[in-house]
Amino acid sequence: MANGATTRNQHWALRLFEWVDARFPLSQLWKEHLSEYYAPKSFNFWYYFGSLALLVLVLQIVTGIFLTMNYKPDATLAFASVEYIMREVPWGWLIRYLHSTGASAFFICVYLHMFRALLYGSYRKPRELTWLFGFFIFLSLMAEGFFGYLLPWGQMSFWGAQVIVNLFGAIPFVGEDLAIWIRGDYVVSDATLNRFFALHVIAVPLVLVGLVAAHILALHETGSNNPDGIEIKARIDPKTGHPADGIPFHPYYTVKDLFGTMVFLLVFSVIVFFAPAFGGVFLEDNNFFPADPLKTPPHIAPVWYFTPYYSVLRATTDELKWVIGIAVVVFMIWALLRRGSNTTRMVLLGTGVVLIAGLFVLDAKVWGVLLMGGSVVIFAFLPWLDRSPVKSIRYKGWMYKLALFLFVVAFVVLGYLGMQVPNTLLTRIAQVATIVYFAFFLLMPWYTAIDKTKQPPERVT
Amino acid sequence: MSNPSEGTMPLAADGDEVDESRRKLLLASCIAGGAATGAVAWPFLASLEPSARARALGAPVEADISNVEAGQMLTVEWQGKPVWILRRSEEMLATLKKDESLLADPDSRRSQQPEYCKNIWRAREDRKEVLVAVGICTHLGCSPVPRFAAGDPSMGESWLGGFLCPCHGSRFDFSARVYANFPAPDNLTIPRFRFLSDSKLLIGDDKA
Repeated sequence: MANGATTRNQHWALRLFEWVDARFPLSQLWKEHLSEYYAPKSFNFWYYFGSLALLVLVLQIVTGIFLTMNYKPDATLAFASVEYIMREVPWGWLIRYLHSTGASAFFICVYLHMFRALLYGSYRKPRELTWLFGFFIFLSLMAEGFFGYLLPWGQMSFWGAQVIVNLFGAIPFVGEDLAIWIRGDYVVSDATLNRFFALHVIAVPLVLVGLVAAHILALHETGSNNPDGIEIKARIDPKTGHPADGIPFHPYYTVKDLFGTMVFLLVFSVIVFFAPAFGGVFLEDNNFFPADPLKTPPHIAPVWYFTPYYSVLRATTDELKWVIGIAVVVFMIWALLRRGSNTTRMVLLGTGVVLIAGLFVLDAKVWGVLLMGGSVVIFAFLPWLDRSPVKSIRYKGWMYKLALFLFVVAFVVLGYLGMQVPNTLLTRIAQVATIVYFAFFLLMPWYTAIDKTKQPPERVT
Repeated sequence: MSNPSEGTMPLAADGDEVDESRRKLLLASCIAGGAATGAVAWPFLASLEPSARARALGAPVEADISNVEAGQMLTVEWQGKPVWILRRSEEMLATLKKDESLLADPDSRRSQQPEYCKNIWRAREDRKEVLVAVGICTHLGCSPVPRFAAGDPSMGESWLGGFLCPCHGSRFDFSARVYANFPAPDNLTIPRFRFLSDSKLLIGDDKA
């Protein structure tokens, strides 16, 4: 450091700081990511959920570490060890409820965080990689939730895992062996519990933390989007050299997020202390019975955050295959008529032919698994499906607004139906919702291109 | 950087020229390293397969059905799975010819069963009243529950009796054959088994 010569007269804390800073980019990191990270000044309510998700991640890691100190990943001991934590470990009930409620809170934050991206086009160029890292965070989170749900070794833990692992069994030819490999046994058993524990407490969390770091680094490279969906870096204040519409993340947004954190913790605490099972939604009733491999409970359903995709799985019947078939035929006619090179046309038609052949060869069960997987993976393609000239919904036309509204309705309806016992009417509703769900994505290149948009302002509003 | 040795660092001969022998060594190292990484992954991936103990637990189990009356069912555990042993009554057997038009695969062409059970009883011909089936739904692995009473109010008036999967509503008859237009694609699996005596069964093995 330049002022190193005067260190003798400085306060010891400052000298320590300078000693560290000469050996580690402490002040540089602080500046780049906090005090000199210029974020648009117009962040609103929807911008709370990124920092809240980070808060919940920390909460899950800390509570998780303490739970492992008493939990036993052994099929004969697991259920009792959770009850032991609940009843005999001092404050064990609190740590456990913080963790189980935290799981649901994590998904609430992440879903709202993703919805914000859908509102303001945060996934659009140049933030595609931020979105993709976020997508992989979402996938890891689903894996984390799934592995973790087996650990209490209750009836729902066991049969939920049984059903989900058997989904892999639906893959033609290799499926059955793959399912055995995942379980490490012919059915979900002690071997499965033990490995899910390993994946839940170390493998997936490591990946998750790495992805979160990549997500934030990518975001800070491009800069944050804003409710107007315009680039604040396009207008640099000549006096300061910083974006004219930007304010330093610290102290402005650290303070704002602190307020959000207080409100969040208030709501979170109310749930933890007064309704930790949340009426059977966060902790399902059947999971208070120990796992019994010989007896399926009368009604099984995944936890709420998986139910939209689970509904898609259940909605895929032979009738829905016909709808897929019609959609593929329409797609092929469009491919024939569209302008463009013959090669592209042949590729598109070929894809159509493969899909049609797949409809004949693979049964509804396999298609159910494919559509369920597709309903998650399709989020990754959003940056390339959206062709609108503007990013934010504020300047998009009625078509996108309607499409997003219908999508949210379909998502919620699917989520609700996934918790219910299916009957003919509910299955029909789930099928309609499934079609709406996929139409939102697959028709997006079309309706966003023809939608009437407004001119976004030069500066944030 | 003001490293004094910088100026004396050995550089590639004549600036930009590639040292071919070193490049080859680099390439060979990369290939060898890649192969080693791949080879080392194998034991880790293979360690996830069922252990010797899990495979040993797949050994055949014996079941005593001397206390099972006609129309009653016993569930035993084999390979960690529920295996049903149902001693079917005359009325139950009578339903098996009536329901064929409602089934997805009445002749068990697609489903898994030993050759000697490939008949409408899905049982050994000489003891056709005894159904032995793996009680795991071919849809997603739940265990179906008995709905033996014909015309069970929850199943509809025309119900002949059989099994219902609680998870996704698939229906099976008294031969564990699946009804058409329900999510399960196949009839339930029939394991290999043989009679050790009149009332003793060995499940998982059919060789004397």
